Amino acid sequence: MGRQTPSQTVGPYFHYGLTWKGGADLTGGAGDLGARMDLIPPGHYVLNPGGGVRRPVRGEPVEIAGVVRDGDGQPVPDAMVEIWQADADGRYAPDGGPGGFIGFGRSATGKDGGFIFRTVKPGRVPGPGGRLQAPHVAIGVFGRGLLRRLATRLYFADDPATAGDPILALVPADRRTTLLARPEGPGRYRFDILLQGPGETVFFDL
Amino acid sequence: MPAATEFNPEDPTAQPPLLAPDYRSTTKRAPSRPLVRIPQTLTETTGPAGGWDRLMGPAVQDLTRQHRGEPLGQRIVVSGRVLDEDDRPVAGTVVEVWQANAAGRYIHAADQWNAPLDPNFTGAGRVVTDAQGRYRFVTIRPGAYPWGNHRNAWRPEHIHFSLMGPAFATRLVTQMYFPGDPLIALDPIANTVPAAARDRLVSRFDIDTTEEFFALSYVFDIVLRGRRATPREE
Repeated sequence: MGRQTPSQTVGPYFHYGLTWKGGADLTGGAGDLGARMDLIPPGHYVLNPGGGVRRPVRGEPVEIAGVVRDGDGQPVPDAMVEIWQADADGRYAPDGGPGGFIGFGRSATGKDGGFIFRTVKPGRVPGPGGRLQAPHVAIGVFGRGLLRRLATRLYFADDPATAGDPILALVPADRRTTLLARPEGPGRYRFDILLQGPGETVFFDL
Repeated sequence: MPAATEFNPEDPTAQPPLLAPDYRSTTKRAPSRPLVRIPQTLTETTGPAGGWDRLMGPAVQDLTRQHRGEPLGQRIVVSGRVLDEDDRPVAGTVVEVWQANAAGRYIHAADQWNAPLDPNFTGAGRVVTDAQGRYRFVTIRPGAYPWGNHRNAWRPEHIHFSLMGPAFATRLVTQMYFPGDPLIALDPIANTVPAAARDRLVSRFDIDTTEEFFALSYVFDIVLRGRRATPREE
């Protein structure tokens, strides 16, 4: 006991070190989604310069968009959002296997505090006592002013299993809506993250 | 139900609080409500643990060889081991670093301090730990820089570290400082860490691994949350 390395903030300058091109597109990874190329001078993008090399995957494609806001309701333009999720069959694949789905993604927020992930809807995975959990995405939030990673979860508001989820049941009823991604058209969901204040997103002690 | 591998909780004697008013950026960003305790399910006890090249691209372990010429500054080797709380190596996990140049300037559009940029230095690297949990980077020693948090606020020289560990629960982002830096004691970010644990963020100069006519060596071991022995019955 008593040996853990302490956490420190990512600060405001992580973009050229952490957010790789295509990091927010779990379904293909081509393009720059997730990275902030506007913050890095030409010639100084040294991580994954060839862009993402993920492959198309099975499952129901979903796009998850949101904005990170602070206690004044202002967008947070220098945050980073990470996701970890099961594949469409409810399996966690740490290395994805040959050509398979790796359910990990990373996105910097834009000038408007916004982020977008392209992924597939996760299947159900076992929870406490072997009961199935509702489809969900684990989320980590980092940023200047965040001394530790903030952990939360996204559930799908229109999924019939969400209401019976054993982990969501541990959240005070009046705050559960902060963890629900709202459908905004076919395959599109909205999930805002409020760091502080009324309507503050529920964050977890894991 | 089979015994689940769980991880020790975050240690409050080691970890900073979320709200630390002396570090002003926390005041509008730290959650005001208590964290909700949840059990670790498969979601929290698994995490990305391979396929790094496919995800992020190849490793970049020498930060002095990313451009046409060599960067200015003191060449250093930074190495160490990633361990859990029971001293077991964390093998095959990704270690990402980023830092300012020798003048204390980041290659980042938001860094507008007027210290010079170095066209031969970006300051980002990524490696994967070996079977003994070891990692090693070659870089240059970063400079201190002013950051406006309070009058004459200067960040100590530091290198940012990002680690995954074996699971979503073990994720850690931290900063490595240098021994003997007088700015550490004055730094509101370093000082958010409980005093007894603060030294864990300070690397150790090591003459044995210092490389003759090449580079000074600093050693920085990182300890992630360990595995909890008790199986969970629910």
